Amino acid sequence: MEVLLGITTSTSTIVVASKAAMRGATILKTSDDKTIILNPHTLMAFSGEAGDTLNFSEYIAANTALYSMRNDAHLSPSATASFIREELARSLRSRKPYNVNLLLGGVDPISKEPGLWWLDYLASSARVPYAAHGYAQYYCLSILDKHHHPSISEDRGLEILRMCTDELQRRLPIDFKGMTVKIVGQEGIREIPWDMSRPIMAA
Amino acid sequence: MSIFEYNGSALIAMVGKNCFAIASDRRLGVQLQTIATDFQRIYKVHDKLFLGLSGLATDAQTLYQRLVFKHKLYQLREERDMKPETFASLVSALLYEKRFGPYFCQPVIAGLGDEDKPFICTMDSIGAKELAKDFVVAGTASESLYGACESMFKPDMESEELFETVSQALLSSVDRDCLSGWGGHVYVVTPTEIRERILKGRMD
Repeated sequence: MEVLLGITTSTSTIVVASKAAMRGATILKTSDDKTIILNPHTLMAFSGEAGDTLNFSEYIAANTALYSMRNDAHLSPSATASFIREELARSLRSRKPYNVNLLLGGVDPISKEPGLWWLDYLASSARVPYAAHGYAQYYCLSILDKHHHPSISEDRGLEILRMCTDELQRRLPIDFKGMTVKIVGQEGIREIPWDMSRPIMAA
Repeated sequence: MSIFEYNGSALIAMVGKNCFAIASDRRLGVQLQTIATDFQRIYKVHDKLFLGLSGLATDAQTLYQRLVFKHKLYQLREERDMKPETFASLVSALLYEKRFGPYFCQPVIAGLGDEDKPFICTMDSIGAKELAKDFVVAGTASESLYGACESMFKPDMESEELFETVSQALLSSVDRDCLSGWGGHVYVVTPTEIRERILKGRMD
Protein backbone atom coordinates (compact mmCIF):
# COMPACT_ATOMS: atom_id res chain seq x y z
CA MET A 1 0.00 0.00 0.00
CA GLU A 2 2.64 2.46 -1.02
CA VAL A 3 1.36 5.77 -2.31
CA LEU A 4 3.06 7.60 -5.17
CA LEU A 5 1.56 10.77 -6.60
CA GLY A 6 2.65 13.37 -9.11
CA ILE A 7 1.01 16.64 -10.12
CA THR A 8 2.31 19.19 -12.61
CA THR A 9 1.46 22.87 -12.25
CA SER A 10 2.18 25.74 -14.63
CA THR A 11 5.64 26.30 -13.09
CA SER A 12 6.57 23.18 -11.15
CA THR A 13 6.05 19.47 -10.58
CA ILE A 14 4.89 18.16 -7.20
CA VAL A 15 6.11 14.67 -6.33
CA VAL A 16 4.63 12.88 -3.34
CA ALA A 17 5.35 9.55 -1.63
CA SER A 18 4.05 7.89 1.52
CA LYS A 19 6.39 7.66 4.53
CA ALA A 20 5.63 4.14 5.74
CA ALA A 21 8.06 1.34 4.96
CA MET A 22 6.04 -1.86 5.13
CA ARG A 23 6.76 -5.56 5.11
CA GLY A 24 3.54 -7.51 4.90
CA ALA A 25 1.17 -6.01 7.46
CA THR A 26 4.00 -4.62 9.62
CA ILE A 27 5.21 -1.04 9.45
CA LEU A 28 8.99 -1.06 9.88
CA LYS A 29 9.64 2.67 9.58
CA THR A 30 7.57 5.85 9.52
CA SER A 31 10.09 8.19 7.92
CA ASP A 32 10.92 6.38 4.71
CA ASP A 33 11.86 8.54 1.75
CA LYS A 34 10.77 6.92 -1.53
CA THR A 35 12.23 9.69 -3.65
CA ILE A 36 15.73 10.35 -4.96
CA ILE A 37 17.23 13.49 -6.49
CA LEU A 38 18.85 12.72 -9.86
CA ASN A 39 20.07 16.24 -10.62
CA PRO A 40 19.11 19.78 -9.54
CA HIS A 41 15.95 19.73 -11.70
CA THR A 42 14.90 16.07 -11.74
CA LEU A 43 13.35 13.99 -8.98
CA MET A 44 12.34 10.34 -9.07
CA ALA A 45 9.84 8.55 -6.84
CA PHE A 46 9.79 4.76 -6.69
CA SER A 47 7.70 1.89 -5.34
CA GLY A 48 7.61 -1.86 -5.80
CA GLU A 49 9.58 -4.81 -4.46
CA ALA A 50 11.65 -3.89 -1.40
CA GLY A 51 15.24 -4.56 -2.51
CA ASP A 52 14.69 -3.71 -6.18
CA THR A 53 13.42 -0.19 -5.60
CA LEU A 54 16.48 1.18 -3.82
CA ASN A 55 18.95 -0.82 -5.90
CA PHE A 56 17.50 0.38 -9.17
CA SER A 57 17.01 4.01 -8.15
CA GLU A 58 20.55 4.25 -6.77
CA TYR A 59 21.84 2.78 -10.03
CA ILE A 60 19.92 5.42 -12.00
CA ALA A 61 21.04 8.22 -9.65
CA ALA A 62 24.69 7.16 -9.89
CA ASN A 63 24.58 7.03 -13.67
CA THR A 64 22.87 10.40 -14.07
CA ALA A 65 25.46 11.86 -11.67
CA LEU A 66 28.23 10.28 -13.75
CA TYR A 67 26.74 11.85 -16.87
CA SER A 68 26.68 15.28 -15.18
CA MET A 69 30.34 14.97 -14.15
CA ARG A 70 31.58 13.71 -17.52
CA ASN A 71 29.73 16.25 -19.64
CA ASP A 72 29.56 19.27 -17.35
CA ALA A 73 25.85 19.37 -18.14
CA HIS A 74 22.80 17.80 -16.61
CA LEU A 75 20.47 15.48 -18.51
CA SER A 76 17.07 17.06 -19.19
CA PRO A 77 14.08 15.40 -17.51
CA SER A 78 12.88 13.95 -20.84
CA ALA A 79 16.33 12.51 -21.58
CA THR A 80 16.44 11.07 -18.08
CA ALA A 81 13.04 9.45 -18.65
CA SER A 82 14.31 7.85 -21.86
CA PHE A 83 17.42 6.57 -20.08
CA ILE A 84 15.39 5.07 -17.24
CA ARG A 85 12.97 3.44 -19.69
CA GLU A 86 15.85 1.90 -21.61
CA GLU A 87 17.37 0.45 -18.42
CA LEU A 88 14.01 -0.89 -17.21
CA ALA A 89 13.20 -2.37 -20.62
CA ARG A 90 16.55 -4.15 -20.71
CA SER A 91 15.93 -5.46 -17.21
CA LEU A 92 12.43 -6.68 -18.13
CA ARG A 93 13.86 -9.24 -20.58
CA SER A 94 16.60 -10.39 -18.23
CA ARG A 95 16.75 -13.41 -15.92
CA LYS A 96 15.74 -11.35 -12.88
CA PRO A 97 13.80 -8.21 -13.83
CA TYR A 98 13.48 -5.22 -11.51
CA ASN A 99 9.97 -4.90 -10.07
CA VAL A 100 9.90 -1.10 -9.76
CA ASN A 101 7.27 1.48 -10.61
CA LEU A 102 8.40 5.06 -11.04
CA LEU A 103 7.31 8.64 -11.31
CA LEU A 104 9.79 11.11 -12.69
CA GLY A 105 9.19 14.79 -12.06
CA GLY A 106 11.26 17.59 -13.46
CA VAL A 107 11.55 21.06 -14.89
CA ASP A 108 13.39 21.39 -18.19
CA PRO A 109 16.40 23.65 -17.53
CA ILE A 110 16.16 25.27 -20.98
CA SER A 111 12.46 25.59 -21.77
CA LYS A 112 11.56 25.90 -18.05
CA GLU A 113 8.63 23.60 -18.74
CA PRO A 114 7.55 21.29 -15.91
CA GLY A 115 7.10 17.62 -16.78
CA LEU A 116 5.99 14.36 -15.24
CA TRP A 117 6.68 10.86 -16.54
CA TRP A 118 4.85 7.71 -15.52
CA LEU A 119 6.78 4.45 -15.83
CA ASP A 120 5.70 1.01 -14.71
CA TYR A 121 7.79 -2.12 -14.10
CA LEU A 122 7.16 -3.22 -17.70
CA ALA A 123 8.95 -0.03 -18.83
CA SER A 124 5.91 1.53 -20.45
CA SER A 125 6.58 5.25 -20.35
CA ALA A 126 4.13 8.10 -20.75
CA ARG A 127 4.38 11.83 -20.21
CA VAL A 128 1.33 12.84 -18.21
CA PRO A 129 -0.11 15.93 -16.48
CA TYR A 130 -0.74 13.99 -13.26
CA ALA A 131 -0.15 10.39 -12.21
CA ALA A 132 -0.34 7.88 -9.40
CA HIS A 133 0.96 4.38 -8.68
CA GLY A 134 -0.61 1.63 -6.63
CA TYR A 135 -3.86 1.92 -4.70
CA ALA A 136 -3.60 5.71 -4.83
CA GLN A 137 -4.70 5.45 -8.47
CA TYR A 138 -8.17 4.33 -7.44
CA TYR A 139 -8.73 7.24 -5.06
CA CYS A 140 -6.76 10.11 -6.56
CA LEU A 141 -7.04 9.92 -10.35
CA SER A 142 -10.75 10.78 -10.25
CA ILE A 143 -10.06 13.82 -8.05
CA LEU A 144 -7.26 14.91 -10.37
CA ASP A 145 -9.45 14.31 -13.45
CA LYS A 146 -11.97 16.73 -12.02
CA HIS A 147 -9.72 19.46 -10.61
CA HIS A 148 -6.45 19.46 -12.54
CA HIS A 149 -5.63 21.82 -15.37
CA PRO A 150 -2.18 22.43 -16.91
CA SER A 151 -2.39 26.14 -16.08
CA ILE A 152 -2.95 25.78 -12.31
CA SER A 153 -0.66 27.59 -9.89
CA GLU A 154 1.58 25.79 -7.42
CA ASP A 155 -0.71 26.76 -4.54
CA ARG A 156 -3.72 25.34 -6.37
CA GLY A 157 -1.68 22.19 -7.03
CA LEU A 158 -1.07 21.82 -3.29
CA GLU A 159 -4.80 22.39 -2.63
CA ILE A 160 -5.64 19.54 -5.00
CA LEU A 161 -2.95 17.44 -3.34
CA ARG A 162 -4.66 18.09 0.01
CA MET A 163 -7.92 16.76 -1.46
CA CYS A 164 -6.04 13.64 -2.58
CA THR A 165 -4.30 12.97 0.73
CA ASP A 166 -7.54 13.57 2.66
CA GLU A 167 -9.29 11.04 0.45
CA LEU A 168 -6.45 8.53 0.93
CA GLN A 169 -6.65 8.95 4.71
CA ARG A 170 -10.38 8.47 4.53
CA ARG A 171 -10.44 5.41 2.28
CA LEU A 172 -7.19 3.47 2.64
CA PRO A 173 -7.50 0.76 5.32
CA ILE A 174 -3.87 1.10 6.41
CA ASP A 175 -2.24 4.25 7.80
CA PHE A 176 0.61 5.18 5.46
CA LYS A 177 2.22 7.46 8.12
CA GLY A 178 2.13 10.76 6.30
CA MET A 179 3.60 12.05 3.08
CA THR A 180 6.92 13.28 1.76
CA VAL A 181 6.08 16.23 -0.48
CA LYS A 182 8.79 17.55 -2.77
CA ILE A 183 8.47 20.29 -5.35
CA VAL A 184 10.65 20.55 -8.42
CA GLY A 185 10.40 24.25 -9.22
CA GLN A 186 12.25 26.79 -11.35
CA GLU A 187 14.84 27.25 -8.58
CA GLY A 188 15.49 23.61 -7.82
CA ILE A 189 14.04 20.96 -5.56
CA ARG A 190 12.63 21.66 -2.12
CA GLU A 191 10.75 19.63 0.43
CA ILE A 192 7.75 21.07 2.22
CA PRO A 193 6.21 19.80 5.45
CA TRP A 194 2.88 18.08 5.00
CA ASP A 195 0.65 18.04 8.04
CA MET A 196 -1.64 15.03 8.20
CA SER A 197 -2.55 15.21 11.89
CA ARG A 198 -5.92 16.81 11.14
CA PRO A 199 -8.57 14.16 11.78
CA ILE A 200 -10.47 13.11 8.67
CA MET A 201 -14.04 12.02 9.18
CA ALA A 202 -15.04 8.74 7.63
CA ALA A 203 -17.60 9.18 4.86
CA MET B 1 -6.42 -12.02 -20.00
CA SER B 2 -3.89 -12.00 -22.80
CA ILE B 3 -0.79 -9.84 -22.48
CA PHE B 4 -1.73 -8.32 -25.87
CA GLU B 5 -4.78 -6.81 -24.15
CA TYR B 6 -2.93 -5.42 -21.10
CA ASN B 7 -2.66 -1.82 -22.35
CA GLY B 8 -5.45 -1.77 -24.95
CA SER B 9 -5.15 -0.50 -28.53
CA ALA B 10 -6.89 -0.03 -31.86
CA LEU B 11 -5.04 0.29 -35.15
CA ILE B 12 -6.18 0.57 -38.74
CA ALA B 13 -4.59 1.19 -42.13
CA MET B 14 -6.53 1.66 -45.34
CA VAL B 15 -5.64 2.11 -49.00
CA GLY B 16 -7.07 4.80 -51.28
CA LYS B 17 -6.27 6.05 -54.76
CA ASN B 18 -2.50 6.73 -54.70
CA CYS B 19 -2.75 7.35 -50.99
CA PHE B 20 -3.21 5.59 -47.68
CA ALA B 21 -4.44 6.35 -44.19
CA ILE B 22 -3.24 4.94 -40.89
CA ALA B 23 -5.04 5.61 -37.61
CA SER B 24 -4.96 4.59 -33.96
CA ASP B 25 -6.70 5.28 -30.69
CA ARG B 26 -4.96 7.38 -28.01
CA ARG B 27 -5.50 5.43 -24.80
CA LEU B 28 -2.78 3.93 -22.63
CA GLY B 29 -4.28 1.83 -19.89
CA VAL B 30 -3.29 -0.81 -17.40
CA GLN B 31 -6.16 -3.22 -17.81
CA LEU B 32 -9.25 -1.14 -16.98
CA GLN B 33 -7.38 1.84 -15.49
CA THR B 34 -6.61 4.64 -17.95
CA ILE B 35 -3.11 6.10 -17.49
CA ALA B 36 -2.66 8.45 -20.44
CA THR B 37 -5.05 9.84 -23.04
CA ASP B 38 -2.53 11.05 -25.61
CA PHE B 39 -0.46 7.92 -26.14
CA GLN B 40 1.27 7.52 -29.48
CA ARG B 41 1.08 4.20 -31.29
CA ILE B 42 1.79 5.37 -34.85
CA TYR B 43 5.28 6.40 -35.76
CA LYS B 44 6.67 8.04 -38.87
CA VAL B 45 9.61 6.14 -40.32
CA HIS B 46 10.07 8.52 -43.24
CA ASP B 47 7.79 10.83 -45.26
CA LYS B 48 6.09 7.96 -47.08
CA LEU B 49 6.27 5.18 -44.51
CA PHE B 50 4.40 4.78 -41.22
CA LEU B 51 4.44 2.11 -38.57
CA GLY B 52 1.69 1.36 -36.05
CA LEU B 53 2.34 -0.93 -33.10
CA SER B 54 -0.59 -2.48 -31.23
CA GLY B 55 -0.30 -4.69 -28.17
CA LEU B 56 1.92 -4.28 -25.11
CA ALA B 57 2.99 -0.63 -24.83
CA THR B 58 6.50 -1.31 -23.52
CA ASP B 59 7.25 -3.60 -26.46
CA ALA B 60 5.77 -1.07 -28.89
CA GLN B 61 8.17 1.57 -27.56
CA THR B 62 11.14 -0.81 -27.58
CA LEU B 63 10.36 -2.07 -31.09
CA TYR B 64 9.94 1.45 -32.42
CA GLN B 65 13.34 2.47 -31.03
CA ARG B 66 15.06 -0.58 -32.53
CA LEU B 67 13.38 -0.10 -35.92
CA VAL B 68 14.19 3.60 -36.15
CA PHE B 69 17.79 2.81 -35.25
CA LYS B 70 17.99 0.20 -38.02
CA HIS B 71 16.31 2.49 -40.53
CA LYS B 72 18.71 5.34 -39.76
CA LEU B 73 21.69 3.02 -40.33
CA TYR B 74 20.10 1.94 -43.63
CA GLN B 75 19.68 5.59 -44.69
CA LEU B 76 23.33 6.32 -43.94
CA ARG B 77 24.56 3.21 -45.72
CA GLU B 78 22.32 3.42 -48.80
CA GLU B 79 21.67 7.18 -48.96
CA ARG B 80 17.97 6.58 -49.60
CA ASP B 81 14.79 5.75 -47.71
CA MET B 82 13.64 2.19 -47.27
CA LYS B 83 10.85 0.80 -49.47
CA PRO B 84 7.75 -0.29 -47.52
CA GLU B 85 8.18 -3.90 -48.68
CA THR B 86 11.77 -3.92 -47.43
CA PHE B 87 10.77 -2.34 -44.14
CA ALA B 88 8.04 -4.97 -43.65
CA SER B 89 10.67 -7.69 -44.10
CA LEU B 90 12.91 -5.91 -41.59
CA VAL B 91 10.11 -5.79 -39.01
CA SER B 92 9.30 -9.43 -39.71
CA ALA B 93 12.93 -10.48 -39.24
CA LEU B 94 13.25 -8.44 -36.05
CA LEU B 95 10.16 -10.11 -34.61
CA TYR B 96 11.13 -13.63 -35.62
CA GLU B 97 14.55 -13.11 -34.02
CA LYS B 98 12.62 -13.38 -30.76
CA ARG B 99 10.60 -16.43 -31.86
CA PHE B 100 10.58 -18.12 -28.43
CA GLY B 101 10.20 -14.98 -26.32
CA PRO B 102 8.39 -12.58 -28.59
CA TYR B 103 7.64 -8.87 -28.47
CA PHE B 104 3.93 -8.81 -27.65
CA CYS B 105 3.06 -6.52 -30.53
CA GLN B 106 1.09 -6.76 -33.72
CA PRO B 107 2.53 -4.20 -36.13
CA VAL B 108 0.75 -2.44 -38.98
CA ILE B 109 2.90 -1.03 -41.77
CA ALA B 110 1.66 1.43 -44.36
CA GLY B 111 3.65 3.25 -47.00
CA LEU B 112 3.92 4.51 -50.54
CA GLY B 113 6.27 2.41 -52.66
CA ASP B 114 7.62 2.77 -56.20
CA GLU B 115 5.47 5.11 -58.36
CA ASP B 116 3.61 5.98 -55.15
CA LYS B 117 1.79 2.66 -55.05
CA PRO B 118 0.21 2.22 -51.61
CA PHE B 119 1.38 -0.73 -49.53
CA ILE B 120 -0.23 -1.94 -46.33
CA CYS B 121 0.61 -4.96 -44.28
CA THR B 122 0.25 -6.41 -40.81
CA MET B 123 1.90 -9.32 -39.06
CA ASP B 124 1.62 -11.32 -35.87
CA SER B 125 4.00 -11.06 -32.95
CA ILE B 126 6.48 -13.50 -34.50
CA GLY B 127 6.60 -11.77 -37.86
CA ALA B 128 4.24 -13.72 -40.15
CA LYS B 129 3.36 -11.12 -42.77
CA GLU B 130 -0.18 -10.63 -43.99
CA LEU B 131 -0.48 -8.40 -47.04
CA ALA B 132 -3.79 -6.82 -48.01
CA LYS B 133 -5.12 -4.76 -50.91
CA ASP B 134 -7.82 -2.90 -49.00
CA PHE B 135 -7.34 -2.52 -45.22
CA VAL B 136 -5.64 -4.06 -42.21
CA VAL B 137 -6.57 -3.79 -38.52
CA ALA B 138 -4.97 -4.71 -35.19
CA GLY B 139 -5.42 -4.34 -31.45
CA THR B 140 -8.06 -5.10 -28.84
CA ALA B 141 -10.74 -3.46 -31.03
CA SER B 142 -9.74 -5.50 -34.10
CA GLU B 143 -12.94 -7.53 -34.24
CA SER B 144 -15.20 -4.50 -34.40
CA LEU B 145 -12.73 -2.79 -36.73
CA TYR B 146 -13.02 -5.68 -39.19
CA GLY B 147 -16.81 -5.24 -39.28
CA ALA B 148 -16.66 -1.47 -39.63
CA CYS B 149 -14.02 -1.56 -42.37
CA GLU B 150 -15.74 -4.40 -44.20
CA SER B 151 -18.93 -2.35 -44.52
CA MET B 152 -17.38 1.10 -45.09
CA PHE B 153 -14.47 0.41 -47.43
CA LYS B 154 -14.70 1.36 -51.11
CA PRO B 155 -11.85 0.92 -53.58
CA ASP B 156 -9.98 3.96 -54.98
CA MET B 157 -11.13 6.62 -52.52
CA GLU B 158 -9.61 10.10 -52.71
CA SER B 159 -7.69 11.28 -49.66
CA GLU B 160 -10.48 13.33 -48.04
CA GLU B 161 -13.04 10.54 -48.37
CA LEU B 162 -10.45 8.07 -47.13
CA PHE B 163 -9.87 10.19 -44.04
CA GLU B 164 -13.61 10.27 -43.32
CA THR B 165 -13.97 6.51 -43.80
CA VAL B 166 -10.99 5.61 -41.61
CA SER B 167 -12.07 8.02 -38.89
CA GLN B 168 -15.66 6.77 -38.80
CA ALA B 169 -14.53 3.14 -38.78
CA LEU B 170 -12.12 3.84 -35.91
CA LEU B 171 -14.52 5.88 -33.78
CA SER B 172 -17.44 3.46 -34.15
CA SER B 173 -15.21 0.48 -33.36
CA VAL B 174 -13.52 1.82 -30.22
CA ASP B 175 -16.94 2.60 -28.74
CA ARG B 176 -17.54 -1.17 -28.60
CA ASP B 177 -14.21 -1.84 -26.89
CA CYS B 178 -13.52 -1.01 -23.24
CA LEU B 179 -9.72 -1.08 -23.61
CA SER B 180 -9.27 1.40 -26.44
CA GLY B 181 -10.61 4.84 -27.25
CA TRP B 182 -10.09 8.40 -26.00
CA GLY B 183 -10.29 9.83 -29.50
CA GLY B 184 -8.03 9.00 -32.39
CA HIS B 185 -4.91 9.95 -34.28
CA VAL B 186 -5.17 9.82 -38.09
CA TYR B 187 -2.52 10.23 -40.75
CA VAL B 188 -3.51 10.53 -44.42
CA VAL B 189 -0.52 10.26 -46.71
CA THR B 190 -0.53 11.28 -50.38
CA PRO B 191 2.53 11.50 -52.66
CA THR B 192 2.82 15.22 -51.92
CA GLU B 193 1.71 15.70 -48.32
CA ILE B 194 1.07 14.16 -44.91
CA ARG B 195 -2.11 15.25 -43.16
CA GLU B 196 -2.22 14.55 -39.45
CA ARG B 197 -5.40 14.98 -37.46
CA ILE B 198 -6.44 14.37 -33.87
CA LEU B 199 -10.00 13.08 -33.45
CA LYS B 200 -12.26 13.63 -30.51
CA GLY B 201 -14.68 10.82 -29.88
CA ARG B 202 -16.41 9.57 -26.79
CA MET B 203 -13.86 10.67 -24.23
CA ASP B 204 -14.83 8.10 -21.62
